[in-house]
Order: sequence, then structure tokens, then C-alpha cells
Amino acid sequence: MATGLIRRIEGLPIILVFACILGLFMFTAPGVFLSPFIYTTFLSTLPPLILLALGLTFVIGAGEIDLSFPAIIAFSGFVFALLFKEYQLGWIAVVAALAAGLLVGFVNGLLVAKVGIPSFIATLGTQFFWAGMATVLSGGKSYALRGAEESSVWQVLVGRIDFGPNAPIWLNQISLQAVWTALIAFFLWTILTRHRFGEHILFIGDSNEVSRVVGIDVDREKIRLFTLMGGLAGLAAIFLTLENKNFFGNQGQGYLLTAIASVLIGGTSIFGGRATIIGTIFGCFIIGMLEAGLVASGLTGAWVRTVQGLIFLIAIVFYLYVEEPQRRAAFLARLGFSAKFGRAKAAE
Amino acid sequence: MDETSATEAVAEPGFRDIVRLEGVQKYFGSVHALRDISLAIGRNEIVGLIGDNGAGKSTLIKVMTGVLAPTAGKIFIRDREVDLADYSVRMAHDLAIETVYQDKSLADKQPLWRNFFVGRQITNRFGYIDIKREKKIAEEVLLRSIGFRGVGITVDSTVAQLSGGERQGIAIGRAMHYNSDLIVLDEPTVALAVKEVRKVLDFVRRIKDSGRACVYIEHNLAHVHEVADRLIVLDRGSVVAEIAPRDMSVADLTEFLIDLQKAK
Ligand SMILES: Nc1ncnc2c1ncn2[C@@H]1O[C@H](COP(=O)(O)OP(=O)(O)O)[C@@H](O)[C@H]1O
Ligand SMILES: [Mg+2]
Repeated sequence: MATGLIRRIEGLPIILVFACILGLFMFTAPGVFLSPFIYTTFLSTLPPLILLALGLTFVIGAGEIDLSFPAIIAFSGFVFALLFKEYQLGWIAVVAALAAGLLVGFVNGLLVAKVGIPSFIATLGTQFFWAGMATVLSGGKSYALRGAEESSVWQVLVGRIDFGPNAPIWLNQISLQAVWTALIAFFLWTILTRHRFGEHILFIGDSNEVSRVVGIDVDREKIRLFTLMGGLAGLAAIFLTLENKNFFGNQGQGYLLTAIASVLIGGTSIFGGRATIIGTIFGCFIIGMLEAGLVASGLTGAWVRTVQGLIFLIAIVFYLYVEEPQRRAAFLARLGFSAKFGRAKAAE
Repeated sequence: MDETSATEAVAEPGFRDIVRLEGVQKYFGSVHALRDISLAIGRNEIVGLIGDNGAGKSTLIKVMTGVLAPTAGKIFIRDREVDLADYSVRMAHDLAIETVYQDKSLADKQPLWRNFFVGRQITNRFGYIDIKREKKIAEEVLLRSIGFRGVGITVDSTVAQLSGGERQGIAIGRAMHYNSDLIVLDEPTVALAVKEVRKVLDFVRRIKDSGRACVYIEHNLAHVHEVADRLIVLDRGSVVAEIAPRDMSVADLTEFLIDLQKAK
């Protein structure tokens, strides 16, 4: 059965969609999509989005949401830029920015797990707070990190790998942040699919109550979850600031919707309990590719968000239909047999 | 977790009651859900827990199994007092106490093998799960102790694909697999077809035959009456009666409970 095949190969539908869109762009914009440079560009621009989406895959898989990561991009980015540029602290700036991300995430976790605020509200609040802090502390200033490429931080984190003068030019343009991100993605994939923590996250997303009953420490796992998300957002901030060699206060803004959309397009369930790292990565590629592809195909940039939104909605409806038979039934009941549905509900 | 600890617990000799509660109180804010409960569950008996909706049955077993901490009182397991500050679901598992809740024992979207081991996975020291081994054991249990042969259910099936009776079978089979001395069932037959109810009652009998104890919460009086050795009646948070089923017919039992209602 089709459903069975889709289940067996992780992320299969989204891989097919990715291939179709790629094929389409190779047809509509061959000059861009048949040359290797667009892909090496993706490898240097997509890692922050992918890191955020990886974290969100766990968060959404656990039935929670984190809206605060754009603020972490701003706040951690500020901490990094300040220490790196004004104080010349190099690797200490990296550690501090990561720690800032972890701390913000940890606070989110405490608010959700211990105080009991729904994550949507808690992280909406912390989003305002940390974005505000970044603006206040930076005085609205941006930091240009001129000459950063001389530093070991830049070379190790976002440098290009040197394959020698005889290698093709594109090969020498592969960026190290892509390599780090790939390693992290693989590591997180093993965590989600084969580690105790990943299993707990999916059970929590399925049902908090069942999770408690089977002995999962739900509060502790949620705190870990949000801390992980914060750490990944901190790293995304470092990559972004280094790659752009520039920090500015609202550099995280564009990521809120694209990161969430990437995860959901990838096939992680909006209701929690099911999550896929491979799907998320292809979701990120699709979201990133649309931007370049639509413009290269001759559409104005204004179309990009519209098409991203459309694909996002189509994906949600598709997954709802394929993977949530009960909800599909409930939805149909609401449409066609609302009176009957209402009665069944009242009798419960 | 290593698999031996549960088995060792079973071997412990010379205890009389698997669980005993003394003067247990439980408040939810101002709601007094359990009032001075004292009771004991012997090592090889089926105790039926009955009472009206909201009487406190679920709360009682949650306190008994480490899900909720009592507001006051003492809990003894195998005649030894447990430190309530440490008592948790995990500790109850380690002490060979298992619970099967109405429909809250299994996670719907997860495969059966994960449901089997979640909370006590077989892992290496870094926390990575030995998937092959977990699947193999889950498969054995599925076929042997639960008897799901040739019904198209495998360890990779998700719980959502199972019927209500099959779910209870899996949950009870899991509890038996862990060599628990006490299996607590909270209304396992709610919303089941008659044939499925039969299966569950057979599972309950199997618990007794294998030398374990069982606390069985059930709305349908005929069902508990059929399998229980002893009935404990709960009313508004208090134990109001203990009844031996052989001394009272189902009809008389029903009358008794109706009179309790009227007295409210
Ligand atoms: N988590 C909770 N918070 C507040 N009140 C609760 C909670 N759980 C149960 N209660 C209350 O405790 C009483 C006993 O409930 P419960 O143990 O579920 O009864 P039963 O299982 O016998 O139907 C009820 O009044 C119920 O409303
Ligand atoms: Mg109940």
C-alpha cells in the first residue's frame, strides 16, 4: 500500500517533491541550476536555517513550539559580535554565544516544564524579551567584522576547504559550516531515531500522560529539549554572523516562518509524536531553493513568500491526509456530518 | 536498564502483602480525593476496586504506583516502608509493580516494540537503544505470551492500528513480561466489545495463575465479580466496605452500591 511505502523510507514524499522542484528549476532557469555554484552557495547560506529546523524538529515532534529562536539569533549574535570584535576574544566569543543560546533555551524549558506555561506563550514572551535585550545592549548598532577571515574562528567554522589549485573551482567553494551542519544533522538523526532521548521526545509528543505513566521524566526531557534548541540557535547565530561578516539586530527575523515551514514540509507532525530529520533537511532545501529558483526563473522576489506559503499549506494538507487517518475522519465528519458529530461528542 | 533487577525482586521470599497503604490522604487543592485509606494487597490475589465515578479509584492506584505523591500516609511494598520522597513510577517498576491504565498506557503513533520498552530501554552506556534486541524480545512476547499469531500485527505496527482489546492485551502482556508481582488495571474493558472483554478477563486470570497479584478497577460489576477474590468498595474517597464475591451475588452487590448512592 502507498501509505506503507511512504512510511518505510524516511522522508520519501518530500524527497520526491524536492526532485520535482529541482527538475522544474533546471528547466526554467538552466543557466543557474545546471551550474555547480548555486549549490555551493546553498551550502554556505542554508546551514543556519538547517540548524534551526533541526532543533525545531525535536521541539515540534514533542508537541511543543519555540518562537524565541529569532531572538536567540539576535542575542547570541550580538554576544558573539561584541566579544569577537570589540574584545578580540576569538574562541571565547564562540563559547559565550553558545552559552547564551543554551541559557535562553534553558529558561524556555523551565518556563514550559516547571512553571507550566504553554510553550507558544512562553517563547513568544522570551522572544520579545531577548530581542529587546539585544537591541538595548547593542544600542541598535550593527557590527561589521572586517578582516574576520584572518581568524582561526572564521577559518575553522565557516572557512572554505582548500582542495588545491588543480581542483575544480566549485570544490574549493564548499564551506565548512556545511560540513559541521551535516555532522550535527547526522548526530541528531541518530539521537532521534535510536537514542533514548529521541524516543522520549516522540512519546511526549504523542501524549504527556502516557509518557508520565511509562516512567519518562517529562519535565526534565522538556528542559533538555528547549536547551538543545537554544544551543542550535546560538550556533546558527555564530555561523550567520561569521558568514555575513556582519551583525545586525534583526538578522533573525526572516527565519521564524521559514524554519517552521521547513520542518512541517518535511513531514514532522504538527500534532507531535512523529518527526523526521531527513524530511526536515529536504524541507530546508526546498524553502531555500524556491527563493533562488523563482527569482532565477524571472519572477519578482515578492512571489517567493507567496509560493513558499502555498507549498507549506499543500504539504500540511497532504500529511494530514496520509498520516492522520483519525483526524481526517474527524475533519470529514465536521464538514459533512456535523450534526452527527456533535451528538457523538455530547454523549462522551 | 538491565533486565535482571525485575526478576531478582520476584525471588525475594517471605513477604505477606505486595502493597499496603496506611492512613493515606490525598488532596487536590481543596478536593479531598482520598480520606484515610488503609488497605493491603496480598501476594497472589485479585482485588477488585469498585465505586462510583469520582470515588477516587484512579487516584488511589496512582498513589499506589508512584504517579502521584500522597498528601499524608505511608506506603509499604513487600512489608517494607518506602521513602515517599523517592517513590516514582520508575521505582515502582523496579519494585515489580506495573500499571495498565484505561487508554493511557500506550502511545498511539509509536510502534509496538517502542511501546514495549519505553521507560526502560535496552541501551548501551551512551543511551543508544539496541533496536534489534528490543524488537526480537517484543516479537517473542507478542507471539508467546500475548498470542498474537496470524492477526497481521507485527512489532512495527503502531498502536493506532490495534483494536481496544488488543491494546489491553499488549499492555497486560508487557506488564507480565516484566515479571511484575503486582499488575494494576484501571478499567481495562471500557469501550470494548463483548468478545474483547472476554480476552481481557482471560488475561486477568492469567495474572493470578502465574502467581502474581492484581488490582482490578472495573465499572461492570459482573466482570469484577467473576474474577476477583476480594472486592474493596470506595465511596467519596473512603473505603466503605470489603466484600468476598462468593458471599454476595452480582444482584445484591448492585443493590448495595445503589443504596450507597442514595445515602449521598
Ligand atoms: N489531577 C487532578 N486534579 C484535581 N482533581 C483531581 C485530579 N485527579 C482527580 N481529581 C479529583 O479527585 C476525585 C477522584 O477522582 P478519580 O480518582 O479519577 O475517581 P475515579 O477513578 O474513581 O472515577 C474526583 O473528584 C476528581 O475530580
Ligand atoms: Mg478512574
